[in-house]
Amino acid sequence: MEKWYLMTVVVLIGLTVRWTVSLNSYSGAGKPPMFGDYEAQRHWQEITFNLPVKQWYFNSSDNNLQYWGLDYPPLTAYHSLLCAYVAKFINPDWIALHTSRGYESQAHKLFMRTTVLIADLLIYIPAVVLYCCCLKEISTKKKIANALCILLYPGLILIDYGHFHLGFALWGVLGISCDCDLLGSLAFCLAINYKQMELYHALPFFCFLLGKCFKKGLKGKGFVLLVKLACIVVASFVLCWLPFFTEREQTLQVLRRLFPVDRGLFEDKVANIWCSFNVFLKIKDILPRHIQLIMSFCSTFLSLLPACIKLILQPSSKGFKFTLVSCALSFFLFSFQVHEKSILLVSLPVCLVLSEIPFMSTWFLLVSTFSMLPLLLKDELLMPSVVTTMAFFIACVTSFSIFEKTSEEELQLKSFSISVRKYLPCFTFLSRIIQYLFLISVITMVLLTLMTVTLDPPQKLPDLFSVLVCFVSCLNFLFFLVYFNIIIMWDSKSGRNQKKIS
Amino acid sequence: MAALTIATGTGNWFSALALGVTLLKCLLIPTYHSTDFEVHRNWLAITHSLPISQWYYEATSEWTLDYPPFFAWFEYILSHVAKYFDQEMLNVHNLNYSSSRTLLFQRFSVIFMDVLFVYAVRECCKCIDGKKVGKELTEKPKFILSVLLLWNFGLLIVDHIHFQYNGFLFGLMLLSIARLFQKRHMEGAFLFAVLLHFKHIYLYVAPAYGVYLLRSYCFTANKPDGSIRWKSFSFVRVISLGLVVFLVSALSLGPFLALNQLPQVFSRLFPFKRGLCHAYWAPNFWALYNALDKVLSVIGLKLKFLDPNNIPKASMTSGLVQQFQHTVLPSVTPLATLICTLIAILGPEAFSDV
Repeated sequence: MEKWYLMTVVVLIGLTVRWTVSLNSYSGAGKPPMFGDYEAQRHWQEITFNLPVKQWYFNSSDNNLQYWGLDYPPLTAYHSLLCAYVAKFINPDWIALHTSRGYESQAHKLFMRTTVLIADLLIYIPAVVLYCCCLKEISTKKKIANALCILLYPGLILIDYGHFHLGFALWGVLGISCDCDLLGSLAFCLAINYKQMELYHALPFFCFLLGKCFKKGLKGKGFVLLVKLACIVVASFVLCWLPFFTEREQTLQVLRRLFPVDRGLFEDKVANIWCSFNVFLKIKDILPRHIQLIMSFCSTFLSLLPACIKLILQPSSKGFKFTLVSCALSFFLFSFQVHEKSILLVSLPVCLVLSEIPFMSTWFLLVSTFSMLPLLLKDELLMPSVVTTMAFFIACVTSFSIFEKTSEEELQLKSFSISVRKYLPCFTFLSRIIQYLFLISVITMVLLTLMTVTLDPPQKLPDLFSVLVCFVSCLNFLFFLVYFNIIIMWDSKSGRNQKKIS
Repeated sequence: MAALTIATGTGNWFSALALGVTLLKCLLIPTYHSTDFEVHRNWLAITHSLPISQWYYEATSEWTLDYPPFFAWFEYILSHVAKYFDQEMLNVHNLNYSSSRTLLFQRFSVIFMDVLFVYAVRECCKCIDGKKVGKELTEKPKFILSVLLLWNFGLLIVDHIHFQYNGFLFGLMLLSIARLFQKRHMEGAFLFAVLLHFKHIYLYVAPAYGVYLLRSYCFTANKPDGSIRWKSFSFVRVISLGLVVFLVSALSLGPFLALNQLPQVFSRLFPFKRGLCHAYWAPNFWALYNALDKVLSVIGLKLKFLDPNNIPKASMTSGLVQQFQHTVLPSVTPLATLICTLIAILGPEAFSDV
């Protein structure tokens, strides 16, 4: 592409920011006995290197599952094994069985950060660059600006424990958007086998590909495509799970580790419906476990069904990306045992639609970073998070002039408001309302951040600020769920014919 | 929304560049810092806790005050802000004290002082005419200059990692250059004089300033072909320039003259006892000279031209800061280096059209 040098500068800026942020403390630094996610990653290297495959997911004297047992699919385990081989080459003490628990040193930190940076450099960043280059109907400068904004998204920089799964998922989206369906599906299967949370994205992939097959005709090309896709999916799963398919017990144990239904509706404070509900009505304690499961299952599927059905009937690249967002958001809000970091699974698809609805995407990405505030404060990442959020905001404002793109048409709400105006002729203030909501949202987020950092919570309510953060974020996310669903449902062919001049 | 747009500087690439690099500097806060960090903490302590008469005599720490008085006053002003961050850093005896608040304060002080640098870059950009080039932003000379200056990585590494205050000093120099470009010679001269009394290393460029001001300001008119019109020499202008320099120097060195401390100040400012080369050699001529001396002495020893007993034991590459004698080549005195420098400066000037 022309202006490749500008894209190189953008990538280098992204790498510089990532590396400087990684100079800060990591989660669980200096906090025995359990430490944090960093120790979990190191522990998995220890386990996968020293124990045979059959023992990885089982509780034994060598492998205490209570101390950061493996709870991700096999590809994570293989990746940890690879890192362990490198670690053995540099300093075997890092992964010595039992004795390396809680190992902390500058050299080890450098090693772990380097593995993350290399993973980003090899998988995630090329996917972002390629995705931006393949965007249609926008100028080269806007493509580069788009790449800059995506690479500066604070969430993925601050939570940096290897985004292999997001990288592979992005390759999957790229492949499918560019009509390389087989490669795209393969990439996505690898993503699922890396972290089971990628299942949040599985339905849109399935619906879009199914829709494509229907469109091509189930008697001819469509059927061939369907069979090919099925083969790829099955083959990739078999390949990844091969060592665990030998015995039924192995497979079941891995599944039990991946989907811990015993752990309850939610853990800690997370910005989803159940946690917010819990503030008013202690559903976690009142309802029995299986009722909670059924409730979350039903609400998740009810909220994402309309978008998925539309995607099967009218498969389009744009619809696919928006359905990814709404599906992942539905899962995040209503699903079982959601972690705060899962918001990144929603943020990635939103980054992909940054060029189409810059104002709303920037707003969403700011809220998603804010929703992780308690986690970031716990990891002592206040300064980097403030700085990267400001950098991201400035990049978006300068690149897309987002405050000038708040008209109904720019927000893709034109068809929706026309439909509403059939019943309510006075419904003309939509963009004004959204602008005010944005202001309120930002002011609330800034105030809450200041309060959390400077004030001490009252003694009777020690978790007050975390709960407030979660509650405010949840309200924002509900608004976005409604917004994205409106875009999907009211998206018509005539809307797509309007060319955007940017 | 409009207010927000203005506030975030939409479409204004200069603000985006300046804000962007400032945010990068904030991310560099937890990086490695060198002994210069302790140097400046020590100077904060000295200027805050001790009376002026002690500033250039204090030697509890090995990092004695060796910058001119304006810099000392600057540290004094900073110290009054520092006391709200961490009172302990202002204790002269707290050697190598670097609490997280101290680090935060010092780093932020550098970032804050860079405001002067940003302003100076803006002024320099105004002096460039870029109308002949195309509309592409990355091809505009103003943009290129701003990027090269604001995002100068050497400056970022030395100021925000290694830890020094070069940003605002370069800002002063750029501002004085900009003023000279804008034909505001008195202001330019004044700013340069002030700069000299902040960090005397800028004496390196003083001859250039002196000659330029002499030629462009003191000679008020040119002959039609551009060469000098000797008769247009203006004594008034020379004297006013001299007066500016004199007044600034009086303000700076005056108190120390009154305290009879000038020799001590000068010995701190120009530490010839430190030797020809620093602990880490600068890549200059004397480094080559030293290397040649070393090579010759090794060859001399091998060929038995030199007596091993006559060679000094201390070697110049040991990383120490002290005076040395050369073994084979003649030793170099400070006067010799001055003469060499002057010849190097004046040589080309003698051949160019005055």
